[in-house]
Amino acid sequence: MGAPGYAAASRLMVPAAVITAVLPGQTADIKAADIKAADKAGKEDEATTPAVEITHLRKTYGPVVAVDDVSFSVAEGEIFGILGPNGAGKTTTVECAIGLRSPDYGTVRLLGLDPRTDADKIHEFVGVQLQAGALPAKLKVREILDMYRSFYHDPADVTELLEALGLAGKRDAYYRSLSGGQRQRLSVALALIGRPKIAVLDEMTTGLDPQARRDAWELIEGMRDRGVTILLVTHFMEEAERLCSRVALIDHGRIVALDAPASLAAQARGGKNVRFVPSAPFDDRLLSELPDVTRVERQSQHVVVTGTGDLVNTVILTLAAVGVTARDVQLDASNLEDAFVRLTGRQLTPETPKATETLEATEATEAKEAKEGATS
Amino acid sequence: MTTLSLPQPSQPSQPPQPSQLPQQLRHLRQLPQSGSARRAAFGQIVLNEARLTWRRPVGLIGGLGIPTLLLVVFGELPSFHQPTASLGGLTVFDLYVPILIMFSLAMLALLGLPIPLASYRELGVLRRLSTTPVPPSWLLAAQGLVQLCVALAGVLIVLVAGVAAFGAPVPESPGGLGLSLVLSIAGLFPVGLMIAAMARTANGASVIGRIAFFPMIFFAGLWLPRAMMPGVLLTISNYSPLGAAVEAIQDSMLTGFPPAAPLLVLLAYAVLFGYLARRFFRWE
Repeated sequence: MGAPGYAAASRLMVPAAVITAVLPGQTADIKAADIKAADKAGKEDEATTPAVEITHLRKTYGPVVAVDDVSFSVAEGEIFGILGPNGAGKTTTVECAIGLRSPDYGTVRLLGLDPRTDADKIHEFVGVQLQAGALPAKLKVREILDMYRSFYHDPADVTELLEALGLAGKRDAYYRSLSGGQRQRLSVALALIGRPKIAVLDEMTTGLDPQARRDAWELIEGMRDRGVTILLVTHFMEEAERLCSRVALIDHGRIVALDAPASLAAQARGGKNVRFVPSAPFDDRLLSELPDVTRVERQSQHVVVTGTGDLVNTVILTLAAVGVTARDVQLDASNLEDAFVRLTGRQLTPETPKATETLEATEATEAKEAKEGATS
Repeated sequence: MTTLSLPQPSQPSQPPQPSQLPQQLRHLRQLPQSGSARRAAFGQIVLNEARLTWRRPVGLIGGLGIPTLLLVVFGELPSFHQPTASLGGLTVFDLYVPILIMFSLAMLALLGLPIPLASYRELGVLRRLSTTPVPPSWLLAAQGLVQLCVALAGVLIVLVAGVAAFGAPVPESPGGLGLSLVLSIAGLFPVGLMIAAMARTANGASVIGRIAFFPMIFFAGLWLPRAMMPGVLLTISNYSPLGAAVEAIQDSMLTGFPPAAPLLVLLAYAVLFGYLARRFFRWE
């Protein structure tokens, strides 16, 4: 859990987070208050209340233990990933975090508030996108957004939000006519319409095509830059590695590892892999004797170098010094999957997630999960 | 599995501590604190519910279209306007005005109200709402309000057209009629909520609603007016919600303030089903 770097970062984030949340005219006030609070930081912990703090969370459905002793803390302005296979307890954890379910044991605090007893306050600053959840077929996108917008005191601009999510052209379309990916993006829009301080996104990019997924990532990064804390549930490696400052790997309801994605991956593999085709023969020892390199392997015409640090540059520069160039260089760093296999002995996903995964597949999984949940 | 009952504290062993707002939330503003914002939000929900009622007009067809059509057909049949000795000198048409009023109310209460509510639970709309500052009960209230407006339109169409165009008698006791209608709605709408509570899906609600509708409208006298029912059927009719409602409305229209019995029957249904719906309604 220890992440002193993030604690420091969160302190820097505070002003931005507060300013985005206040009404116009109050900005000056807040800055003053905030500077004062920042001065006291370290002595008083009120300025650094974690955005999300979960301790010893446990939730059972009958004999099934869905979540078992899960603890983590998310600093303000952080994108925190919860990663794990289907049925691992990700969604239950999130549902407890937002107060949809009450934990059997343990505590949940969102900016210091208990989502069960302070539900009305929580809902104003926590935006939630749940995995399952449709909307009435015969409402238009604009009508849905206008309604949800009216629920909040300081909502986002509908046009801006639709543009950021690539739905601008669908303003007057009926929900019924939206594709799976568009419905998903509308669901994300509803989570963000209240300009939340904490956004909880469960399988946000499932069912999106690669371009829409990248757009969604940019939107999330933009929010993070404005100080919004994001709790991201995902089973896409690439997404977790690209977005998350820290990731909790969950399996069978327990956290099996919690660290920055790169560190987790490095721990699992003992480093990252660089694959390339050399332009001329060379002695393996040239590379294997480098301090950053742990292993050099030949696979037919390919050379696979395992190591740490700035591996690609190290390899290319070393080879260039002896007149060898590397072609077809591939950096295989997306190995959170490997981390997961290493830590739990099983695959994170039954098959490698494809960017074009259909919504139907997700719905089937959800139905299965719902069925499992219903056995309680 | 959430019910309408009071939420249980998450951990009885740890009483909730007085929440001290952290620095980041000092300026938190909440919707429930502002009356005008609350009204605006509720208005938006009602607006969307009204749009949905208009765009999937099953309720409008069943609750307004069919009763109006039947009214016109019955009104045009000459034989329905003959005073009949076996009916105590009344015409068949006179008997059908209250039945058609209850046809409209029952359609809206048993089908118009529960189908959308069950579908909102099925789609996860109620669950989604429970993560926003607006409680999902507002959606239920908005849906009830829209159906109530349609129901009042149905009652007005049948009454006004029946009296003005087809010679039904002007109600003897407008106060009694008003009270009968209020109690009919109070007795029927909770039955619809109970259907919404029992059904897992919109289709389920539609099936249960129809299964409930046809026997109930039979005892209202749609196929066999109450005046022609043999003893046992009439007794059942007297204690059925639509039978009691038709009796109360018919008396208000033809003789005067209705007797206590049918009004008490309606009140009993309102209390019983109000309790059951409250007890069993699930938000997810």
